[in-house]
Amino acid sequence: MLIGGAVFPLLGAFFYWFPKVTGRMMGERMGRWQFWLFFIGVNVTFFPMHQLGLQGMPRRIYTYLAESGWGTLNLVSIIGAVVVDMSMLLFVLNVVLSLFRRERAAENPWGAPTLEWAVPSPPPPFNFVVLPVVSSREPLWSRETGGATHVSGLATGTREGLVTTVLDAVPDVRYIYPSPGIWPFVAALAVAGCWLIWSIFSAQGALWGMIPPTIAFIAWFWPRKRENDQHLALEKRP
Amino acid sequence: MTTRREARPASVAAVRRGDALDVANLPSYGFGNRSLMWWGTAGMMAIEGAAFAFMIVIYFYLRSLSDSWPSGGAAPDLLWGTLNLGLILVSAVPNIYADRAAIDHDLGKVRICLVILSVIGLVLLLVRAMEFTTLNVRGDESAYGSVVWMLLGLHTFNLITDVADSLVLTALILKGPLEGKRFVDVAENSGYWNFVVVTWVPIYAVVYWGPRF
Repeated sequence: MLIGGAVFPLLGAFFYWFPKVTGRMMGERMGRWQFWLFFIGVNVTFFPMHQLGLQGMPRRIYTYLAESGWGTLNLVSIIGAVVVDMSMLLFVLNVVLSLFRRERAAENPWGAPTLEWAVPSPPPPFNFVVLPVVSSREPLWSRETGGATHVSGLATGTREGLVTTVLDAVPDVRYIYPSPGIWPFVAALAVAGCWLIWSIFSAQGALWGMIPPTIAFIAWFWPRKRENDQHLALEKRP
Repeated sequence: MTTRREARPASVAAVRRGDALDVANLPSYGFGNRSLMWWGTAGMMAIEGAAFAFMIVIYFYLRSLSDSWPSGGAAPDLLWGTLNLGLILVSAVPNIYADRAAIDHDLGKVRICLVILSVIGLVLLLVRAMEFTTLNVRGDESAYGSVVWMLLGLHTFNLITDVADSLVLTALILKGPLEGKRFVDVAENSGYWNFVVVTWVPIYAVVYWGPRF
């Protein structure tokens, strides 16, 4: 269940986003070999287990009596597992070799519809130079002709983001995010170092250990003059 | 007067300029569900509310398994808990005023309401401390004691959180530096306080009257 339901899609997603993350495609031929080895291996491993279950073998035991007659099917299962191992070995090899591939992956090698495929692979730290305007769930497939293509008017000197209405996604509020500072880091240290570690060794820590993080959070929240001036310059009442 | 309930787009919408959608004229903050923190607070209330509901269910489940309730002890004294109920209900009045004043950007009224709320909050913490001394049961004494302390403890956690929040906001509103979105903070603080008020009613009923029926 877990292999079929979670590991297959996980491997699929790995292949899908590998070029976006690393800027390199994964090897297709090796990928095909890996898929078939994995597909066959998984079925050879797990299908006999269904039959073994019907014959009365409980799950997750490492040994059983020879008289139970479960030996042959378990051997088949093991062979399947070895095939799965080979497939995973091929996968790791594919990842390593692909990382050193010379040619670079294109922006959108799959012709995919979503926004991450509109930026270079790997994406620059700022993602988009200008915020794109999106009018559907598949923005790269359905560019609205004649519609606005990007958002303008957001501050460039501060971190200003755009908040839209909940259901219609109409631009609604310019939201100014906090500037970088030391307090988020102090807060993280206070939570981990003080509250978490203290509460492992003493129940008192779960209570009193909350005080240092609280102080850090308040300091984080407290507005600084320079930031405040920037906000006031950009402020517009609703 | 703009009300928070208007979740409509800003009065000044984004304007089309060539290929660009110009958002420079949009407001820089909004009340109610136009604010990001409103959603965070709503999520927090959903989690805390669910925890309260679970604890109340657990309370009555444990009661259904016990021969006597409160197990081998006396019910909590009514005095402090009931005083708390009275005070917290009264606090809803300046709280609702604070919310409205914040939406109206009325700094004077906001200041007065926040000072009143901070004082009431501090008094409530003292009353709550007295409540813990008159529960007539230790938290590690029995299943009854455990669930009562847990219920009161959870609500106290919320009480302390919002009193601390109110104190910080009051200091900020009195001292500055101010900007418009602080009024959103005040309105959201009021929203959370409403939650603390409303949840105290069923928790009070369970903690103080559960053992008496």
